[in-house]
Amino acid sequence: MAERFLVIKDLHVNVEDSPILKGLNLEVGRGEVHVIMGPNGAGKSTLANVLLGHPKYEVTAGTIEFEGKLLNDLKPDERAKLGLFLSFQYPEEIPGVTMENFLRMAKIAQTGESISITKFNRILREKMDLLAMKPEYASRYVNDGFSGGEKKKSEILQMLVLEPKLAVLDETDSGLDVDAVRVVAQGVKQYRSSENAIVIITHHSRILEYIQPDYVHFLIDGRIAKSGGPELIAEIEQSGFAALQSQSGRA
Amino acid sequence: MRKKTQVADVNRSLYDIKDKFEYSFKTDGLNEDVIREISAQKNEPDWMLEFRLKSLGIYHKLDVPPWGPDISGLDIDNIITYVKPKTDLNVTWDDVPEDIKNTFVRLGIPQAEHKYLAGVGAQYDSEVVYHSVQENFRKQGVIYLDMDTAVKEYEDLVRKHFMKCVPPSDHKFAALHGAVWSGGSFVYVPAGIKVEIPLQSYFRSNAPGAGQFEHTLIIVEEGASLHFIEGCSAPKYSVNNLHAGCVELYVKEGAFLRYSTIENWSKNMYNLNTKRAIVEKNGTIEWISGSFGSKVSMLYPMSILKGEGARSDYTGITFAGEDQVLDTGTKVVHAAPYTTSNINAKSISKSGGVSVYRGVVRVLPNAHHVKSSISCESLMLDSDSRSDTIPVLDINNDEVDIGHEAKIGRISDEVIFYLMSRGISEEEARAMIVRGFAEPIAKELPLEYAVEMNNLIRLELEGTIG
Repeated sequence: MAERFLVIKDLHVNVEDSPILKGLNLEVGRGEVHVIMGPNGAGKSTLANVLLGHPKYEVTAGTIEFEGKLLNDLKPDERAKLGLFLSFQYPEEIPGVTMENFLRMAKIAQTGESISITKFNRILREKMDLLAMKPEYASRYVNDGFSGGEKKKSEILQMLVLEPKLAVLDETDSGLDVDAVRVVAQGVKQYRSSENAIVIITHHSRILEYIQPDYVHFLIDGRIAKSGGPELIAEIEQSGFAALQSQSGRA
Repeated sequence: MRKKTQVADVNRSLYDIKDKFEYSFKTDGLNEDVIREISAQKNEPDWMLEFRLKSLGIYHKLDVPPWGPDISGLDIDNIITYVKPKTDLNVTWDDVPEDIKNTFVRLGIPQAEHKYLAGVGAQYDSEVVYHSVQENFRKQGVIYLDMDTAVKEYEDLVRKHFMKCVPPSDHKFAALHGAVWSGGSFVYVPAGIKVEIPLQSYFRSNAPGAGQFEHTLIIVEEGASLHFIEGCSAPKYSVNNLHAGCVELYVKEGAFLRYSTIENWSKNMYNLNTKRAIVEKNGTIEWISGSFGSKVSMLYPMSILKGEGARSDYTGITFAGEDQVLDTGTKVVHAAPYTTSNINAKSISKSGGVSVYRGVVRVLPNAHHVKSSISCESLMLDSDSRSDTIPVLDINNDEVDIGHEAKIGRISDEVIFYLMSRGISEEEARAMIVRGFAEPIAKELPLEYAVEMNNLIRLELEGTIG
């Protein structure tokens, strides 16, 4: 890689004192799409959360660097301001706060620049159109009473509005019907550019029917067990993770 | 820190600016001579003096309520019962003494009057210093006066209603109020008249160690409607102050009254206020209540649904911070068939503050086809704070439809993380969650009050992140 974008070195992470990530190494370059696959409990969501600095996830060793900046001690909002974004597996509900207000405040917080309500509304509508979201969404409370699919769309909408440099999508395709996967994938494709990077965390390959990754990694027992190109996806579909786990010698 | 774009920021110190303690007359303590002095100062009719004296007698016979928060810090015998400010009632702000006028300007009252109110009353300590109502409403027969003037000018009407809804025998502080009441507003809306824009009375207490005992009496005649707003604040003193006001609302057949309050007393105030509405056939009372201030509040606006089809909606929020006990709620008496009540109570507590929802819904034996829905939600911002819900249902008729739900919660770390992952600071994330929690109440308030409420929430939350 010509440029150091995201570099994770020997990352060890504990959750409530039990080790989940055990020396994970990963490099993601600008313009790349990486897929991280792995069985339940391998540490996929831990990786997603620790990248954004969830306080429950304790880094016991190793480093996370983004554009040359060490992230380890930064708070989640500071990481967001550097351009990181996480599409949550289980997005939180914020009753009483409209999508539009929330996103406008987030945008202002990230850019440090004021943006008028009308101008922001225009941008928001444009992005919502891309995701075939009805205009009423803007005035609904954040994720409050949303269906599973609506919540995931709301995450992708947030990504499109906030325009991060690195987007981590944690199980964004799970719990969605075929149509919703397609819409979400379209949103991701819209976002994809040579200026940013995407890390897709998933335990199945449905979203990958729409998005062609550059790299695929298998995360098993807290480490990257194998890395390669898109051809690895077929390998998983054929033999499953169990084979890989025995291959790597820790079942 | 970045501030909201369109509104000026409210600074807590605004409420805390003390004027020099000046007065033209005051009375300390509570005895028959004091009552006679107050009444003489006001040049009242004899029946009112007799009423005061009778109330004083009741006061001495009653005990403080055996339930509720601790109010032993209140020394009623040594409270200043009456403080007449150094001015008379004025009809233009220009005639109000400069420092008193400036206080109300800081609170935004004359500005609000100019922008969105049909009339304003402004009370400073024990007396109303300014009162006005728009000419077009006056022409339609709407009366909006300070209470002391009303006693003289509309003597029969006042006498017929004064403390008939809340009699002095109701409880000790109602009796106290009957004895030493002063100031407040009187509103009369004739049948069929719709007062489309709100009237507002603002009660400002400035004197240290004083009591404020304003009396608000509102009569909304058949088919008429009114939105009345009440605001209150005081600067903080090291001595305790007492607020024992009384609000009596008469909602006649098919009439509508919305009574909104934003209460922001200083944290040395015992707020022992009594509010009650009697609602006739197909009439509606709506209580909108935001309680932020005071050291101790005991406040339970009550609706007596007297006529068939009468309705009461209560929407209230309390925010109890350090050293505050806010014991609030509502009482509804369904005294007729087909009456409806909706109760939506929310509370927030932080830094050891205590919020209590205490409420009663009573259905009398004759009241069939009653509908009542009660929802209580509380949010505790830390583990030092407390929240209790004490809802009492006393149902004496089987043909009723009553629903009750209560939720007590904390702000989860996951929600904070979610918001922070979008670039929002922890402090703003908390404020956003709390504002969202309060939103159903805020949207019922006039815009300026909703803005003030949001600012109060922000002020309460500032500096809470360690």
